[in-house]
Amino acid sequence: MTGHNTAHHAVPVRTNLLVWAALMVLTTITVGVTSFDFGFLNVVVALTVATTKAGLVILWFMHLRYEGRVIRLMVFTAFVILAIAIGLTFFDVAYR
Amino acid sequence: MSADAHDHPSFFQPLPGTKGGLASWLFSTDHKRIGMLYLYCIVTMFLVGLALGFLIRLELVAPGRTIMGPQTYNALFTLHGVVMIFLVVIPSIPAAFGNIFLPIQIGAEDVSFPRLNILSWWLYIIGAALAVLSLVTGKGAPDTGWTFYVPFSAVTTTNVDVAVIAVFILGFSSILTGLNFITTLHRLRAPGMTWTRLPLFCWSLYATGWIQVLATPILGITVLLIFAERVLGVGLFDPSRGGDPILYQHLFWIYSHPAVYIMILPAMGVISEILPVFARKPIFGYKMIAFSSLAIAFAGSLVWAHHMFVSGMSDTAVMVFSFLTFVVAIPSAIKVFNWVSTLYKGSIRVEPPLWYALAFIFLFSIGGLTGLVLGSAGTNVHVHDTYFVVAHFHYVIFGGMGFGLFGAMHYWFPKIYGRMYDKRMANWSCLIAFVGFNLLYFPMFILGLQGMPRRYYDYLPKYAEGHFFSTMGSWVLATGLLLMFWNLWRGIRHGKPVGRNPWGAATLEWMAPSPPPHHNFDAEPVVTHGPYDFTGVKPDA
Amino acid sequence: MHEHRDYEGAKIGMWLFLFTEVLLFGGLFLLYAVFLHRYPAEFHAAGKELSRTFGTVNTVVLITSSLFMALAISALQRGRTVLSQRLVLLTVALAGVFLVNKFFEWNAKIGHGIYPDSPGLLALPPGEMVFFNLYYLMTGLHGIHVVIGGAVLLYGWHLMRVGRVTPEHFVFLENGGLYWHLVDLVWIYLFPLFYLVV
Ligand code: HEM
Ligand SMILES: [Cu+2]
Repeated sequence: MTGHNTAHHAVPVRTNLLVWAALMVLTTITVGVTSFDFGFLNVVVALTVATTKAGLVILWFMHLRYEGRVIRLMVFTAFVILAIAIGLTFFDVAYR
Repeated sequence: MSADAHDHPSFFQPLPGTKGGLASWLFSTDHKRIGMLYLYCIVTMFLVGLALGFLIRLELVAPGRTIMGPQTYNALFTLHGVVMIFLVVIPSIPAAFGNIFLPIQIGAEDVSFPRLNILSWWLYIIGAALAVLSLVTGKGAPDTGWTFYVPFSAVTTTNVDVAVIAVFILGFSSILTGLNFITTLHRLRAPGMTWTRLPLFCWSLYATGWIQVLATPILGITVLLIFAERVLGVGLFDPSRGGDPILYQHLFWIYSHPAVYIMILPAMGVISEILPVFARKPIFGYKMIAFSSLAIAFAGSLVWAHHMFVSGMSDTAVMVFSFLTFVVAIPSAIKVFNWVSTLYKGSIRVEPPLWYALAFIFLFSIGGLTGLVLGSAGTNVHVHDTYFVVAHFHYVIFGGMGFGLFGAMHYWFPKIYGRMYDKRMANWSCLIAFVGFNLLYFPMFILGLQGMPRRYYDYLPKYAEGHFFSTMGSWVLATGLLLMFWNLWRGIRHGKPVGRNPWGAATLEWMAPSPPPHHNFDAEPVVTHGPYDFTGVKPDA
Repeated sequence: MHEHRDYEGAKIGMWLFLFTEVLLFGGLFLLYAVFLHRYPAEFHAAGKELSRTFGTVNTVVLITSSLFMALAISALQRGRTVLSQRLVLLTVALAGVFLVNKFFEWNAKIGHGIYPDSPGLLALPPGEMVFFNLYYLMTGLHGIHVVIGGAVLLYGWHLMRVGRVTPEHFVFLENGGLYWHLVDLVWIYLFPLFYLVV
């Protein structure tokens, strides 16, 4: 079986802690910036931070960084499809 | 049974050292047995759906009341749609023939997750049971049509609650099948079975699997929202509560347009298996066909709102989705050209599976071309929600997927049962069904162009002629199909025994005994040539 | 018949399952996006009604639980089964904390007469009605996933104790962990969308 290449790749404790710390910092930032009003950009800022956090969780906690190309491509596809669904809907709702 | 059966009991017989019995089927984890369970259930549900459709047509044979009242009529067409779409067409080829043959075609012993596989069948049964329950409990059978459009589905007093839960569960069953096939194709291919040696049937199931996994959850949440709207009063589709009914249609079609490719892709896969075998020639453009399956699966996610041109969505969206719809027709057309080119200059051997495949190509082409009429926003306004749409989707689904399924039945029959049906009878039933089909559905195109709306219980006298012919067609079609099933049934019991490879096909399942033994192969096969390389392959005498 | 232990296959299967979860929530995120676009002011007003403190605390709780989960896997891979078991229990405990918080939060809202189909809710402007309906639906569906995730992890803990999840064969726990991180992931989006973008 070829599948064992990643099986024993234990992520070091230090890495996990660093990722956690980064997530905490980002949480602080996203809560902190709400005291400023950027208008429309509020959503953009909040979602950018959220997506960064999501990236950290997926890449490190969910080990995607250590997976092969196949799984990475699959994850990418899934998110593209979701983006298409939401994005194309806006051709309707944004132009009504 | 064939001579092989002596040393290796076939999958129909109990495993050596076990007693067998009903439980050894209902809780089996053998992909072949699960496939058979699906096959018998799907055929049964098909016959139920056929009977319902027959009754609908009977009511419409003449204007005015014929055999039932309007409320019964509404319930019947809803049930007909739900049964046919969710219990027959969506599982159909993948769950039955995919389960039986995908592992064998790639030289594997089973799918990746055999226990999830049987769970998926059980979910199918539970979903079917709930669908039946929705008829007999609550305040009357659902009358919304299979599309469950709001606002009607949110306010009707009929038993929509149970029906949508049934749909949710059936969706989950479909997801598990797709998930299993994708993983199996990635992980369990035999040595030498590279991606470019994969039979095209497997490619089509791979593409289908992705649609099942990525699109079905949207249907899941959509029907849950109907449930939430009815039971919890959440009202996200209710304008009086700030909601928007058009969003329901978006969500519904974000699933249901890709779902039409769940229906048709596996049938295309079957056709791509049958044609080269009976043309004795490698399929024309293997890579194009394989690739176009993936292209269809992807492009199918871009076009859903062509079902909504007159819903009140924005004009920009109408334009964009109309354009994208034309784009998605391209890969389908590529396949048709490849099939026809495969036949060109082949040494064609005319056998029943080939007749069904040819019927498929003819009917699917009509369905696909009329799809373009519907896909261009201008003409759509004229024919939306008329019998033109009904004719279109019956040509693609029944003419396409349905005849693909019948083709698969006739192609793989000898492999599954180790016997051959009466070929002459099979040819006749194909012809009768084909004629009946066109008599039934072609008049609907004309009715639709004349303005006959769909889902109506009654109609103006000027439509009487078309409806009359159509109902006649339903009788001819039903005759052909019953003859076909009867002939297959007789073949199971009395057919002439056959060997491993009666058609002279080159894919792996034909190297296994007929019927295949429990573990498919005597030893794990090593693949050295492509699936349509017929050098040295001859049909058994 | 020899037993298949296809580690990579099991993981592919799990990821595919996670995609279905992403798209299940995806339908609701789609609705959220559309309604935010339509009712920015009302969403702003309604969002102020939610307790940012509860939201923030729960975010910290879930992220930390994800850390424990990741550490549990690493520990198991290094053969430290007992430590791994404890970390899994800690993860589950934090799932419990999250749910308790959620309960108080919902309870307070319901106490104010704001819940689906309530007279209080129906008296609000349409955009705010939609906001709260989405809030209950999305956090409710997420809550269900927290419960399921917790149960799966408890079962994984049990399997470790009886020696069916081991440093050699831990794919069940790893997949349970993936599920748990997904629950976290969904919350990472729910938090700003309901509590912060106002
Ligand atoms: C060339 C490919 C195709 C095109 C361009 C196309 C286009 C369309 C369009 C525009 C509609 C909406 C008509 C309306 O409601 O006004 C429609 C309806 C429909 N199509 Fe197709 N289609 C294609 C292939 C298929 C296939 C392959 C299937 C299934 C196997 C299918 C199944 C359906 C169904 C079920 C409906 C009606 C749904 C309902 O309202 O109940 N179509 N098609
Ligand atoms: Cu469509």
